[in-house]
Amino acid sequence: MGIKRFFHQMGSPQYFYRVAGLWIPWLLGASLLLLVIGWVDGLVYAPTDYQQGDSYRIMFIHVPAAWMSMFIYMVMAFSGLLSLVWRVKMGEVIAVSCAPIGASFTLLALATGSLWGKPMWGTWWVWDARLTSELILFFLYLGVIALYGAIEDRRVGARAVAILALVGVVNIPIIHYSVEWWNTLHQPATITKLGKPSIVPSMLIPLLIGALAFKLFFFATVLMRARNELLERDRNTRWVKNLLEAEAK
Amino acid sequence: MSQLSLSAAVGLLLRRDLVLAYRRRAELANPILFFVLITALFPLGIGADPVLIAKVGPGILWVAALLASLLSLDAMFRSDFEDGSLEQFMLSAQPVSMLVLAKVFAHWLVTGLPLLLVAPLLALFVNLPTDALGVLLLSLLLGTPVLSLIGAVGVALTVGLRKGGVILSLLVLPLYVPVLIFGADAVQTAVVGIPATAQISFIAAMLALALALAPMAAAASLRISLS
Repeated sequence: MGIKRFFHQMGSPQYFYRVAGLWIPWLLGASLLLLVIGWVDGLVYAPTDYQQGDSYRIMFIHVPAAWMSMFIYMVMAFSGLLSLVWRVKMGEVIAVSCAPIGASFTLLALATGSLWGKPMWGTWWVWDARLTSELILFFLYLGVIALYGAIEDRRVGARAVAILALVGVVNIPIIHYSVEWWNTLHQPATITKLGKPSIVPSMLIPLLIGALAFKLFFFATVLMRARNELLERDRNTRWVKNLLEAEAK
Repeated sequence: MSQLSLSAAVGLLLRRDLVLAYRRRAELANPILFFVLITALFPLGIGADPVLIAKVGPGILWVAALLASLLSLDAMFRSDFEDGSLEQFMLSAQPVSMLVLAKVFAHWLVTGLPLLLVAPLLALFVNLPTDALGVLLLSLLLGTPVLSLIGAVGVALTVGLRKGGVILSLLVLPLYVPVLIFGADAVQTAVVGIPATAQISFIAAMLALALALAPMAAAASLRISLS
């Protein structure tokens, strides 16, 4: 009963705006705290890799970012599904707020992957299966952002984004496995087993802490974006006007 | 108004679209010319070395086919959107996804299928061995409808936009990647003399998936674009 009521209330922009505003500082604070712990542990205390030396430490940024890039796409598609099937208005808002954050994490994963590739592979870019699928994922995000930006009506745009995100979700596994197929045929020799060797706990723990920090950071930023999106969307409604008047005082 | 059966409606729509395409015969040649032109550009860009061209030939042909199909996409719903017939389709008693399927099929018949006619000629351009020609045609026959189906979703999402063209390519090209990979790889494999059954089966599987899902997604997108 309680959870049903919660979802009902979260469907109201006004309530969502207020509750999200209460959550954001906690999420951000926890995320920053974990980020400091995870990064200090990873960048300073974790043992040096016997093959890669210290340059492997970029993993503590690269791997969580790559995880987030996929996780955010799933969140975006799921919110899109909520908005299309059950007409959850907040689903639209969350879905469109996810896209720029997801694109940023994807870009971060690509950039750090490229930086990592320089000492490991001797080149900034190889057409490695994971890098390539990550690049395509980046283009998928850019498509979502461009589509939303091109449609003037925000509600129409958000629903178009929801469909595109769902089409993308169906395609991501196909793209991923086809890229892997292509890669094994054309470039059998690249060293891609960076993630594969079993990882020692002293490296795994900072990695997981970092991943959790990124996740909380995403939740905080997506709520911030969603709040802005709500304000812009509902700028002619009474609750926004009341809010502005209250803030002006 | 008498009730029209679904197959009759789909047949009528298909016929209408084909007649419309036939009335604008001059446009029929465009995708073909584009396909030929792009293929001819590659040797100019990478040099005339026959060995090199033969090596990258399958990839060139598939990239060119992909671009030719992308270029013709925009016309899929455009005129129907502008003259209002698309809204009439939405209002009809028939499931929109089936009508979309009919339109995509008609579009593929006039823009995708002709690519197969010139493909043998282009295969000569890139020194493709004649043994691989069958696989090239088969991969195009199965692959270009997938491109049209995926493209239909993109067009449906962007049809209402003033500058939909650039966004359309941004939406659709990443989704084309698997078809490109398997299509080019099938031909590449056939060139070396290995049977390309696996790649062809993958393309056929993608076609089945796209046939089942893309019309629904495109129909939903059209509803949004027209709202």
